[in-house]
Amino acid sequence: MSALSATFKRDLALAWSAGGGALAPVGYFFGATTLVPLAMGAERALLAAAGPPLVWIAAALAILAMLERLFQADIEDGSLEQMLLSPASLEMIVLVKGAALWVAVGLPLALASAPAAIALQAPLHLIPAIVASVALGSAAFIGMGLVGAAIAAGVKRAGVLIALIVLPFFAPPIIFGAAVAAGAGFGGPFLILAGCAAASIAIGPIAAAAALRLHAE
Amino acid sequence: MISTFANPARFMAFSAWATPIFGALAAVLFVVGLPWAFQFSPADYQQGETVRIMYVHVPAAWMSLIAYATMGGASFVSLVWRHALADVAARAAAPIGATFAAICLITGSIWGAPTWGTWWEWDGRLTSMLVLFLIYLGYIALWTAVDDEEKAGRFAAILCLVGLINLPIIKFSVDWWSTLHQRSIFQGSSMSVDPSMVGPLMTMFGAYAALFAALLLVSMRAAINRRRVEAQRLRSAQ
Repeated sequence: MSALSATFKRDLALAWSAGGGALAPVGYFFGATTLVPLAMGAERALLAAAGPPLVWIAAALAILAMLERLFQADIEDGSLEQMLLSPASLEMIVLVKGAALWVAVGLPLALASAPAAIALQAPLHLIPAIVASVALGSAAFIGMGLVGAAIAAGVKRAGVLIALIVLPFFAPPIIFGAAVAAGAGFGGPFLILAGCAAASIAIGPIAAAAALRLHAE
Repeated sequence: MISTFANPARFMAFSAWATPIFGALAAVLFVVGLPWAFQFSPADYQQGETVRIMYVHVPAAWMSLIAYATMGGASFVSLVWRHALADVAARAAAPIGATFAAICLITGSIWGAPTWGTWWEWDGRLTSMLVLFLIYLGYIALWTAVDDEEKAGRFAAILCLVGLINLPIIKFSVDWWSTLHQRSIFQGSSMSVDPSMVGPLMTMFGAYAALFAALLLVSMRAAINRRRVEAQRLRSAQ
């Protein structure tokens, strides 16, 4: 267990310390949501109809931006070899790294989605559901993102490749998450979103660990 | 079966006569199927002559899925048994499947303009085919991004299998999301198209399938020959 908790603490510390910490993705997120009314026009009715689901696009992009360095540094400085030598299985270590990313980035994004959704004219009674759904959705994004990040680590222009690999798999959480934000609240789409998150948390670490083992060869 | 064809020499011997057979089969089926579909089959009672796009469109959609399933099977074999030939097959199937998906999207768009009154509708089936096309692009890009070919093959296999698990989820989610496209042709045991259209449709499907097999074998042979040439060059350079 200590290997896992050490990994969690280390990754959390790295995420909070480097490059602006948790503020950087949240700032990215606010920047992206600010561009929405600039592009669409600030008319209230139009924003209320189309704005809140766009919170989801911003959250997906903010998570995507965090993926490129996720395993890159571990491969470069030899941490990956240590992970392979540790008694804990690589799948669990990857899962814990994903959990650390979720705590460092996913939760702040979920909290930030409340003011962003309000600014985009989402009705107040939907805000708890939007915050909870972004928290779940970022878990789903990170689960699939682990796979892309593990595969593309060490590749030239990894960022573009990760986006190309991972974005199609963001479709289901985006669909159900946007439905939550568009007015479904804690209804059926929310539950399916939870299912998407559970599925990608289950699949992601296994596939990502398989890819990381290849890097170590 | 799998181990028989894992041997490249045996595969080259088999494909040397199988490739022209599949090619000839595709040519014959196209020669029968195209006039049947475009001339001798009945026009639709609602859509008129535009229904003929179906004979190009529907088999392309099926084949893009079959090509992905082929890649999934090959990727599984590659990861479990590490057959080099399975990687070659998966890599060769990807551009063909992507082309089928593109044909499906383009002809669907041409078909949608007169019948639905729009070139593109963000509907479940259109969107899931577009997502499949994007998955194909990511897969192809991954092959070219990794320098070491053996590693690239195993990364691509992992990605392909993750995509295989996700495709039903994506399909289900976009179907739930919005739907304008007609339902699948297969409804239980009966087909929802007129019996007079089944003949040309299935002939065209057979032609597409034979074409896929022929192109896949040609592309695999090319890849193996390229590897042999490279190996020879390395030997002669020593």
